[in-house]
Amino acid sequence: MSSRAESATGIMRSIRSLARDPMGLLGVTLVMIFLLMALLAPIISPYDPLKISVMSKFQSPNLSHWLGTDHLGRDTLSRIIYGSRTALSIALTATGLAGLFGLLLGLIAGFGPRWLDGILVLLFDSMSSLPMILFALAVITVLGPGTATLILVIVLVSIPSYARLIRAQTLTLKNSDFVVAERSIGASSPRIILRHLLPNVVGPLVIILSMDIPVVIMLEAGLSYLNLGVRPPTPSWGNILYDGYTSLRYAPTLVITAGVPLVLATLGFTFLGEGLRDALDPKLQVRGLR
Amino acid sequence: MSEALLRVENLSIGYDAGIGQIQALRAANLEAHGGEVIGIVGESGCGKSTLAAALINLLAPNAHVNSGAIYYKGADILTMDKESQRHLRGPEIAMVFQDPMTTFNPVITMGDQLVDFQHHIEGVSNTEKRRRAGELLARVGIPDPELCLRRYPHELSGGMRQRASIAAALLMTPNVLVADEPTTALDVTMEAQIIHLLRELRTDYQGAIIVVTHHLGVVAELCDRVYVMYAGQVVEQGLVDDIYHAPKHPYTRALIACDPAHFEEHTPILPTITGRVPSLLHPPVGCSFADRCDLAISRCREMAPPWVRISETQFALCHEARP
Amino acid sequence: MLNYAIKRILLAVLILFVVMLAMYAMVFLVPGDPATVALGPRATPELKRQLIERMGLDQPILQQIYNFFRNAVTGDLGYDVWSKRPVLEVILEVLPNTLLLGVVALAWALILGVALGCAAVVYRGTTMDRILGILSVSMISVPSFVVAIYALLIFAVWLQWLPAIGAGQAGDFWNQFRAVLMPAFAVGISWVGYLARMVRASMLEVMGANHIRTARAFGLPERRVVFKYALRIAIIPTISIIAVGLGSILSSAVFVESVFTRPGIGTLITAAVQKRNYPVVMGTVLVMTAFYLMVVTMADLLIARLDPRVRDVLKG
Repeated sequence: MSSRAESATGIMRSIRSLARDPMGLLGVTLVMIFLLMALLAPIISPYDPLKISVMSKFQSPNLSHWLGTDHLGRDTLSRIIYGSRTALSIALTATGLAGLFGLLLGLIAGFGPRWLDGILVLLFDSMSSLPMILFALAVITVLGPGTATLILVIVLVSIPSYARLIRAQTLTLKNSDFVVAERSIGASSPRIILRHLLPNVVGPLVIILSMDIPVVIMLEAGLSYLNLGVRPPTPSWGNILYDGYTSLRYAPTLVITAGVPLVLATLGFTFLGEGLRDALDPKLQVRGLR
Repeated sequence: MSEALLRVENLSIGYDAGIGQIQALRAANLEAHGGEVIGIVGESGCGKSTLAAALINLLAPNAHVNSGAIYYKGADILTMDKESQRHLRGPEIAMVFQDPMTTFNPVITMGDQLVDFQHHIEGVSNTEKRRRAGELLARVGIPDPELCLRRYPHELSGGMRQRASIAAALLMTPNVLVADEPTTALDVTMEAQIIHLLRELRTDYQGAIIVVTHHLGVVAELCDRVYVMYAGQVVEQGLVDDIYHAPKHPYTRALIACDPAHFEEHTPILPTITGRVPSLLHPPVGCSFADRCDLAISRCREMAPPWVRISETQFALCHEARP
Repeated sequence: MLNYAIKRILLAVLILFVVMLAMYAMVFLVPGDPATVALGPRATPELKRQLIERMGLDQPILQQIYNFFRNAVTGDLGYDVWSKRPVLEVILEVLPNTLLLGVVALAWALILGVALGCAAVVYRGTTMDRILGILSVSMISVPSFVVAIYALLIFAVWLQWLPAIGAGQAGDFWNQFRAVLMPAFAVGISWVGYLARMVRASMLEVMGANHIRTARAFGLPERRVVFKYALRIAIIPTISIIAVGLGSILSSAVFVESVFTRPGIGTLITAAVQKRNYPVVMGTVLVMTAFYLMVVTMADLLIARLDPRVRDVLKG
């Protein structure tokens, strides 16, 4: 049987077992809600999230502004809806790019010559031996804050762990019977990588990526909160939280409402990641906090 | 004979395994008297380890007692509350485990563990318990007991560890000593030494010893009486001499025929019992051994075999068995 | 053991060396004049000249690197661009606050996390186990600075039980204790969940081992089996996880300290990044990386001490 057919039936089975797990189901639901919110932001937002209206600043929730307004009179609900767009697009772009580069470097390390493998592993090890946040802050200092810097920083700090995973998987698979057999009948390396390695390493990678999405959402919000991530006035849950924080004593609604979607999104993606892991690969190790 | 110290009656145990229940033990009966050494022998998967675990009440979480009882001094240990069961373990019934590599906790010294195992004794200081442990280690032939007490398990050799685990089992002078494959993980020289040690122990030990093994040689050297098990059932029981020289159950005969110690001439091919052990998920209605038995006739497959009395002490579970 | 210790320490020094080199090189990797990169576009020519002189940016690059290392080894990490104070002095002034925060956070997380993990083991397979599992995952994934802001809102603004900002007055224990409560709660919460999970997983693995069956076969009370015989082994991987996870504690501290305007490494480096005070950023990264490497190395050595099996492998 080809490994691709196996993984296809495996995925069907996984989807069924994910749907049976209440935690996974909750995760899928929350993630779907946020995805829809991000996609349909222009349609479902009642106001323009950037429209300043000094006349109506610091409003409590009311019929025309369901979640109230901020210090510039901007509609909080609209800003939160657009914030989900910011959060998800950054999280998905950054993890996607990191996954892609991690995959490439991992395959190169695992499949390439020994000396290259040695250098890459040393590089990954040094990278992960310094606390992520410090590295991120140092890069931001040099490049200046902004969305592009944020994505670059996330990609840089994530690559080593993905590349290591792919490398380990590649090394195991490289010596497995079906790859050795394929080699013996003269298959080329690209063919082996495309037909056998990729289908087998993609599963674990997807799990790890999905488990990192909440971490990235958290990091985006945190850095934006410190004014070192997404630049205002672009709505991000982080800078909405910061706006709320500065007016905490007289207008607490802003901070309360901005925290909820952030918590729900990280919970949703975490539950989804956990569910995916349990369904796809229960043996995969629980990874450390970063 | 006097009232048995330990009596297993009609014991059936199954393991829940998703697709159904694996009948690991079916209507097993067993008796052990003080001063006697009992052997339980059979292939792996015949239920002997389940029986041993049941004797000390440490069955796996998915095990289920379907019927039967285990009477120790007249009281059923299976229906006791957990606390009473716990108080039996150690001072009344103790166990020597199979794999000496993993029997002891790797991060606690031998001395600390042997002291802990005596927790049932009250009003005795730890120093005194340690002294007792040292004494027993010396008795099982460990050359420098003091040093051994200070060591971690992995610092001892396999044979030393197995001696230590026998010493541990004897610490509380239990009435029943269950040894589950005590020599299986050891090499031949070590095995001989441990058997020698167990034989020595017999002379001044008042309780019953139950040796569980797949090794007929161990049984022959150690035991007074033997229970032969096959596919979750006791198929034959009797005095060691009778079982060896006049086995009545075809399985016992096959087992003895396959024991390399019995070959008188050099043979290029080791004899084996052909066929396979029946599925324990759905045990056959008739005799479990019928599919592998030369003597089997249609009755063997259709009807459960009777427990045939061969003599005062020997019984066999077989349609064809005759006294 | 001694050989192993020396090897581990040398490796840590080597990694620190690489990190120092990388941090220094980063300024040069970015296109543009290093002084502008380090200080930002708004820096005055006067400030730039000062930095160039101070860092020796007009000297050949190898000379610069040599100077930088020589200075770093003697504890000279350069000067704060704005306040003109030595960077090391600035760092050492706030470091105790962050250490206190980290220790208190870890302490309560360790106590509650181990307790919840053991509880999950005792109730394994039941609804209670599942609830604890979901609770742990939720605690891990909730962002610490959101917890911090909510705690601030509830306990400082509404109830007014605890101070909203600062680290308390130096020397006043009670005052400092009250000031560290909420930050430590926020920093520790994800660790409670994380440790509970870790302890549960490694306990379940240990509980299946033969030696646990032996302990039970001697009728040891279940409490002693769990807390002495199993926990002693299960705690070993937890120690290394705590050490490695120090990075994540630091990351939470960066955000949480800002929420409570608590002087510490987090507020120091955040302010330095916002003002493009590169000497302070670089100094903080170096000091914290050194500290981190020290803790990880010490944890490795501690594990080697705790686990007699590892100890002997190293001896032999």
